[in-house]
Amino acid sequence: MLNEKTHVANGAKQMTREMTGAKMVVQALKDQGVDTVFGYPGGAVLPIYDEIFLQNDIRHILVRHEQGAVHAAEGYARSTGKPGVVLVTSGPGATNAVTGLTDALLDSIPIVVLTGQVPTFMIGSDAFQEADTVGITRPCTKHNWLVKDTDRLAATIHEGFHVATSGRPGPVLIDIPKDVQFATGTYTGPKAITSHYQPRLKGDMEEITELVAAIEKAKRPVFYTGGGVINSGPGASQLLRELVDATGFPITSTLMGLGAYPASGKHWLGMLGMHGLYEANMAMHDCDLMINIGARFDDRITGRIDAFSPKSKKAHIDIDPSSINKVIRVDIPIVGDVGHVLEDILKIWKSRGRKTNAEAVAKWNAQIDEWRKVKCLTYKPSEKTIKPQYALERLEALTKGRDRYICTEVGQHQMWAAQFLGFEDPNRWMTSGGLGTMGYGFPASIGVQMAHPEALVINVAGEASWLMNMQEMGTAIQYRLPVKQFILNNERLGMVRQWQELLHGERYSQSWSEALPDFVKLAEAFGAKGILCKDPADLDDAIMEMLEYDGPVIFDCLVEKHENCFPMIPSGKAHNEMLLGDAETQGVIQAGGAVLV
Amino acid sequence: MSALHLKKGSTSHSAYNLRPTFSDVAERHTIAVLVENEPGVLARVIGLFSGRGYNIESLTVAEVDHTGHLSRITIVTTGTPQVIEQIKAQLGRIVSVRDVHDLTVEGRAVERELAMLKVVGAGDKRVEALRLADIFRANVVDSTLNSFVFEITGAPEKIDAFADLMRPLGLAEIARTGVAALLRGD
Ligand SMILES: Cc1ncc(C[n+]2csc(CCOP(=O)(O)OP(=O)(O)O)c2C)c(N)n1
Ligand SMILES: [Mg+2]
Repeated sequence: MLNEKTHVANGAKQMTREMTGAKMVVQALKDQGVDTVFGYPGGAVLPIYDEIFLQNDIRHILVRHEQGAVHAAEGYARSTGKPGVVLVTSGPGATNAVTGLTDALLDSIPIVVLTGQVPTFMIGSDAFQEADTVGITRPCTKHNWLVKDTDRLAATIHEGFHVATSGRPGPVLIDIPKDVQFATGTYTGPKAITSHYQPRLKGDMEEITELVAAIEKAKRPVFYTGGGVINSGPGASQLLRELVDATGFPITSTLMGLGAYPASGKHWLGMLGMHGLYEANMAMHDCDLMINIGARFDDRITGRIDAFSPKSKKAHIDIDPSSINKVIRVDIPIVGDVGHVLEDILKIWKSRGRKTNAEAVAKWNAQIDEWRKVKCLTYKPSEKTIKPQYALERLEALTKGRDRYICTEVGQHQMWAAQFLGFEDPNRWMTSGGLGTMGYGFPASIGVQMAHPEALVINVAGEASWLMNMQEMGTAIQYRLPVKQFILNNERLGMVRQWQELLHGERYSQSWSEALPDFVKLAEAFGAKGILCKDPADLDDAIMEMLEYDGPVIFDCLVEKHENCFPMIPSGKAHNEMLLGDAETQGVIQAGGAVLV
Repeated sequence: MSALHLKKGSTSHSAYNLRPTFSDVAERHTIAVLVENEPGVLARVIGLFSGRGYNIESLTVAEVDHTGHLSRITIVTTGTPQVIEQIKAQLGRIVSVRDVHDLTVEGRAVERELAMLKVVGAGDKRVEALRLADIFRANVVDSTLNSFVFEITGAPEKIDAFADLMRPLGLAEIARTGVAALLRGD
């Protein structure tokens, strides 16, 4: 390795100084306040790993697969509100990060991924472990850079953090050729950077006033909130709570937005959408004012577009102008940061006398209470087998009030977790919403636990999803991360099986989980604790055993194999056509809906 | 930036210019995109169009401000009003895009394209080609005893018309630049 020279003028710390590119990387991360990096070494990043070896400020977590590194960084980011950082090598290291990048892009999660690259003079020669990383990741990052000049490296990294965390957050990638890491250049500190990228934060006052006027008049209003509230920071959730409680309007949320308004709150309707609650979807369908705050009218939410909330005036607050009028035409578009806009809404609404149509809203809330009586989450209890819903009810009861973070994998268990666990605060719920990435939850739980060493971190998993990144057991053990892997084991790709039952005449093509490992032995092989539970009578004790164990646990919870997840709005149907638990499931998806996913 | 003849504060980054969207009628729009002249920026713009299934009728790009490292991309696209609004919003999201202008809605724009046409033939056809070129104010930039290369600039429709006339007269090859456009007035 080349000698790194630091010229510190007169011994004083300067904003700019000479150092190698590799040292710059570490310096830039420190200056960005990074305390944890998730990564995996390889030839093209060895100079940076050498610098990591030579310092103690930044902790490097060695994952077991680069996809795990990105999901762990996502878990870190979502549970802290700070950007997650990843360091991987060129070629296969970079391509293994692609799923995580796409996941973070679709869920708007701020992460900064640093990749090694072959030296600049070998780029384009099909060198060993060369991949066109910026080309491959261009569509799955918010922005990416190939840095060819060491003098530009620090500025690019700082710009990367700025882009990842400003506006609608997202993943960025910085590709750093090995010669750029070895070469010496001038370090620039974060303060010296001015970026052209400055998304607008304040909403238009005229539009906000129009929304306030609509709030004053509304007879059947509903707040429809999403991940944008969480991304805007804890202050935004606080303002949301104030607005909801002051107006008395009911509130629902997407999968991404759970926790912004507390599940125990008086006005909480529960999650909406494909597997959302009856009362939430009915309120969306029948409302006369829909206030979308930081959600994006995703197809899981809207169902059939032409039948979506036909009678309502729609307002949409979003920091990304491209989200507005993309799917659903709205009447009051407000481009801005949720926190800033909520603040202005409250200010204007209060100054105009805090008016609502209280009488009509009371009637509306009474109607909603009627819908609540449907008790859409009811399931048939069993004394012989553990119903997955029951397992989650018990997990909820036994962990309530704890300093708790929940991750999930993707499938039925994910939807049940969203339905049966209550979230009182933002940043406590990490799930792959937009991409639906099986294998997300376990590494995400590792990232969360790194950020919150004392907290209870549980990954509610399906057995199939969990196996997709099970190699991260090694990481959990190595760093003594007491993550609890709560596997609802139905020995099925449950969500696939459910769709095959509904759509494909019960032909269960390839949706069995065959040849499953003995999860208890698997845990023990890694040096973790394994718990098997199959009898509902033993469940509470088993969960307590998991909670009390100081270390990682794999909890193999054998559940009912053929349980379907309800309520459900079948693809291509409207909100008021949802299926409840005892519904006929044959042929409910018609030709038009069958092509949808 | 006045040299670029772009008005500041256009439709980009704004969802307020809500023209009636959700009409099914496709419209043709000329969009000027001011981008930072950095590697990959064209790939970002093109990738956006291909990835989201938008049309590109023509696309031209060149650096227009050397000191400011800015390039101007002129895209002619077709789509329903909703799609056009999405295209502009999505372009505005690209980090290296500085400004997006829909020249079709911002005012009347001058659109010009340059084309070169090789016409091969002899006798009357050759004379007729030359006569028509004169009417269209096309220049001869290369000639042999049995061929011409004409250079013509104008609105795309004018070039279409000229090419249609040359076809029976021995049009062998055509190269077009695609549209460059500026708003009229100041
Ligand atoms: C990487 C990936 N591959 C495939 C899918 C499609 N898919 C969605 S849910 C699911 C089954 C998940 O099974 P499991 O993890 O056991 O959860 P369950 O539905 O049984 O609760 C599959 C295959 C996906 N979401 N992600
Ligand atoms: Mg399963």
